[in-house]
Amino acid sequence: MKTKSKLERVLESGQFAVTGELGPPQSADPEVIRRKAKILKGNVDAFNVTDGQTAVVRMASWAACLIGKEEGLDPIVQMTCRDRNRIALQMDVLGIAALGINNMLCLTGDHQKFGNHPMAKGVYDLDSIQLVKMVKDMRDEKKFQCGEEMAVEPRLFIGAAANPFADPFEYRAARLAKKVAAGADFIQTQIIYNVDKFAEWMKMVRDRGLHEQVKILAGVAPIKSVGAARYMKTRVPGMDVPDSIVERLQGVPKEQVSKEGIQLCVDIINQVHEIEGVAGVHIMAIEWEEAMPEIVEAAGLLPRPKFVTS
Amino acid sequence: MLVVQIKPEEEILPKISSKRLFIFECLGCQEVYFPTKEVEKFIDNLKEEIVGKASLDYLCNREFVKEYIEGYSKQIKKAQIILVFSCGVGVQIVSSLLEDKIVYTCCDTLYLNGFQGLTVQEFNCDQCGECHLNYTGGICPIAQCPKHMLNGPCGGSQGGKCEVDPDVPCAWQQIVDRLAKLRRLDKLEELVTPQNWSVGLISEPPVKRLP
Repeated sequence: MKTKSKLERVLESGQFAVTGELGPPQSADPEVIRRKAKILKGNVDAFNVTDGQTAVVRMASWAACLIGKEEGLDPIVQMTCRDRNRIALQMDVLGIAALGINNMLCLTGDHQKFGNHPMAKGVYDLDSIQLVKMVKDMRDEKKFQCGEEMAVEPRLFIGAAANPFADPFEYRAARLAKKVAAGADFIQTQIIYNVDKFAEWMKMVRDRGLHEQVKILAGVAPIKSVGAARYMKTRVPGMDVPDSIVERLQGVPKEQVSKEGIQLCVDIINQVHEIEGVAGVHIMAIEWEEAMPEIVEAAGLLPRPKFVTS
Repeated sequence: MLVVQIKPEEEILPKISSKRLFIFECLGCQEVYFPTKEVEKFIDNLKEEIVGKASLDYLCNREFVKEYIEGYSKQIKKAQIILVFSCGVGVQIVSSLLEDKIVYTCCDTLYLNGFQGLTVQEFNCDQCGECHLNYTGGICPIAQCPKHMLNGPCGGSQGGKCEVDPDVPCAWQQIVDRLAKLRRLDKLEELVTPQNWSVGLISEPPVKRLP
């Protein structure tokens, strides 16, 4: 094992992994995290905390991760290049590892234009692939980006994102190959609603043998309302929501839409579970953590495996 | 021609080894700074066959460059690689006009205080000091991508448009299309190491480059 990560143990044992997502509050309230963590506990192997998702100011990912860890969960800290140069990134990497957080998802980050401070100066000193490589070199070579050496390395299980629905589609598997070459241990994908296109992407991934070099977790999310489906379809960059999804939700009485949205998520989990090379699911019940236990149970993913980790 | 310096030989020579070359040399801003002697020496030392050479003022002037390309069309057709000695704007102009040719720049464009080029054109050069145009088919990921992505498109590129502004084409879609056309997509599998920003426009205090 490269790290003390529970997620790494589950994946290495060959069991179908389940990760969840915990959106940190736009405030200094720790109780929000504790409440959400209690819902996730027992239903996931690890949970992500977003890092200023959509460029909106929220509690720092590492801080919310630490609170979730106190609740007995294995956190995945998200780290973006939007707000930090390589100096700040490396300082955070050291601090996060020192706090006993074992997983890090490396991202470029949503552009500041989309958030609540569009006047901010974006950093983008590194891109996500360069961040993966930097963290890997810190862990495996004990080297900072400048080449200098450190005494105690950050033992982090390194993740990266992949979006099978962005363009240029033909280049997406090549980009995944770069993330693997840079040192990614696991991948969490964009939310999948177009399973056919995801399957097509997975075929390109298997043709390159990438599914044997990196653990791929398929991203899924329940939809609460028809409006939410439409919003994702038209307004969220990099999302692919087929008409059939919107129509399915429109086809049930209004009071049953959220139930249907959960069932839709379960159906997609079952479909991606069947695709060769998918090692787990990343369930993003964003601001709807209450739906998690039902989804995980209905998808037959309980109980979650237990490992003794420190 | 803004302030440029010749790229290290080891970066250029392996790319052009035993190819037929056509050379564009920009003399537009030579009153500001152009390493004339170094360029001359670089060209003299080349062992490759040079099928033609055009020296002109203001390679950043598209119409002007178009005329030269027509005038030298026979030589350019014979050439396997177009070598350009100019700032990043000139290189982008040439590669946009010769989409089916491999265009390489031999220069890194450096930051020059208070000087942003003489002829206004559709291409930008951020004078970042570490030119990537040889890797990206002549389309600049620093000046044209809001996230300065060096290893491929972010997850927000859809339908050829940039997520930040749907009126703006995604630089990486263009790069992938251009390299696909040249059958050089494999170039994009290489990992590009982090940029050295200390030589570029964003460095503080601004680097003074006038010799």
